[in-house]
Amino acid sequence: MLITNLSILVLAGFVGYAVISKVPNTLHTPLMSGTNAIHGIVILGGIILLVEGEAQGFLNDALLLIAVVFGTINVVGGFLVTDRMLDMFKEKPAPAALPEGEES
Amino acid sequence: MVLASVVTEPEFRNVLYILSFGLFIYGLSGLTGPKTAVRGNRIAAVGMALAVVATLLVDDLNNALIVLLGVIIGTVVGVPAARQVKMTQMPQMVALFNGVGGGAVALIAWVEFRSSDGFADVPTYVAIFSVFAAIVGSVSFWGSNIAFAKLQGLIDGKPVTIGALQTPLNALLALVAIGCGVAVIAGQNDEYLIITLLLAAAALGNLLVLPIGGADMPVVISLLNAFTGLSAAATGVALDNTALIVAGMIVGASGTLLTQQMATAMNRTITSVIAGGFGGTVEAAAGAVGAGGGTVRSTSASDVAIQMAYARQVVVVPGYGMAVSQAQHAVREMAKLLEEKGVAVKYAIHPVAGRMPGHMNVLLAEADVPYEQLKEMDDINGEFPRTDVSIVIGANDVTNPDARTKPDSPIYGMPILNVDESQSVIVLKRSMSSGYAGIDNPLFVNPKTSMLFGDAKKSIAEVTEELKAL
Repeated sequence: MLITNLSILVLAGFVGYAVISKVPNTLHTPLMSGTNAIHGIVILGGIILLVEGEAQGFLNDALLLIAVVFGTINVVGGFLVTDRMLDMFKEKPAPAALPEGEES
Repeated sequence: MVLASVVTEPEFRNVLYILSFGLFIYGLSGLTGPKTAVRGNRIAAVGMALAVVATLLVDDLNNALIVLLGVIIGTVVGVPAARQVKMTQMPQMVALFNGVGGGAVALIAWVEFRSSDGFADVPTYVAIFSVFAAIVGSVSFWGSNIAFAKLQGLIDGKPVTIGALQTPLNALLALVAIGCGVAVIAGQNDEYLIITLLLAAAALGNLLVLPIGGADMPVVISLLNAFTGLSAAATGVALDNTALIVAGMIVGASGTLLTQQMATAMNRTITSVIAGGFGGTVEAAAGAVGAGGGTVRSTSASDVAIQMAYARQVVVVPGYGMAVSQAQHAVREMAKLLEEKGVAVKYAIHPVAGRMPGHMNVLLAEADVPYEQLKEMDDINGEFPRTDVSIVIGANDVTNPDARTKPDSPIYGMPILNVDESQSVIVLKRSMSSGYAGIDNPLFVNPKTSMLFGDAKKSIAEVTEELKAL
């Protein structure tokens, strides 16, 4: 299990490197924000420990609740902020003065 | 009930995880182009939703209420924050979201310690990866909070150091954290060990980021982003969860790459950024700008308007000052008027202008500046000698000729925009105070340069009015 997971870890590192190295400078800020949202995946860690029910007691529950809150903020906030940033790069409907297909 | 037993099979969950990290990778590759980026981000979000749902597909669902409560609170806090944040405050928002992710990692590691009798019930490698996650997650949480506080202006943005004690103290804190970690891995199960570990890492996170000054901030946020990704991947190994491993590691790898690129653009190494920013070496030089003996010429909005209206080419050099005063729409309006008068307008984007790479692009895109007018440093630098007027809006260090000519300058060797090669330069600035890095800028006393003092947005609006009147 450990070896399988370590293999996945190493391969995922190379995948991340390969996918990202093609991003133009212009998109670096949204990219940082997007990857930031993706590491909100830690929310799974909090959920797993909660639903497995092995961590009993008030303090454990409270800590995990905070972890899930944090993870959710990371995920939801991260994707929304990235979406707002990227919206500005979307092709805008051509301004009235500029007919379709003409170089501006 | 066959279906119910199938969907709660661990294998089924793992298939969903594979699907979800497939969506992450596909979504991220969409982020490589402006046209596919929006979709890419949404695809990654779908992957995230799928991963969360898959995690909830278990036979015996405990604590469902706590999970639900956590998700609801997180949504109620996160959505308005993300919706309302101004574009200029994006960098600190990213820092904050990054920090809470790191905080979650540290808390999860702590609970794992508590629920496994100090890792006595689990294989040693689980303890090793959890200890790593706890240290890195805690550093990332506190470091990001400091980065947020600095960028938000809650604490002084300038480097804060405690002098020569800094490095030994950092080393000591790192040793304490690692020492506690080793003891825990070796089988000690005293809870004070993990608490001391978390506290030492927290102090380290604070002390690492406090001495770092403004210009290095983007590099630090990117580095902390990579840290959180790596710690998430470590949590994934500890919990045997492929989705966590893959998603965390992709962020770790991409964050490291991005950090390197940003540091390279500033001619800095990541180690020198961490070792304490521009501030350390600059204190002596941080006197009043113009102390070099030159005189500063100030100009008026109408002069600027006339100068630009009769130019063939105007290059706009935006910086953090434009972001602060929200001047991008005013700039766009001014540029439109100039274009109507037949002036070619281009925008010179330094890779580290503002507080993050691409910061200026985002702001200018918001103001509907055509994508093709935004020129990167290497493309525009050759054009400055053919440019009649360069108008520098709230940028400072990225135009400082000392970076080319003065070997003892802290920013010597950093690639800059050669605005001093253009026929004339107009610098919009609030006052004669020095830039964020606190360094003199001889550009301001260059005979070709004239200064237009005041808030950037107001100044641009005045220039626009004058242009209309011409």
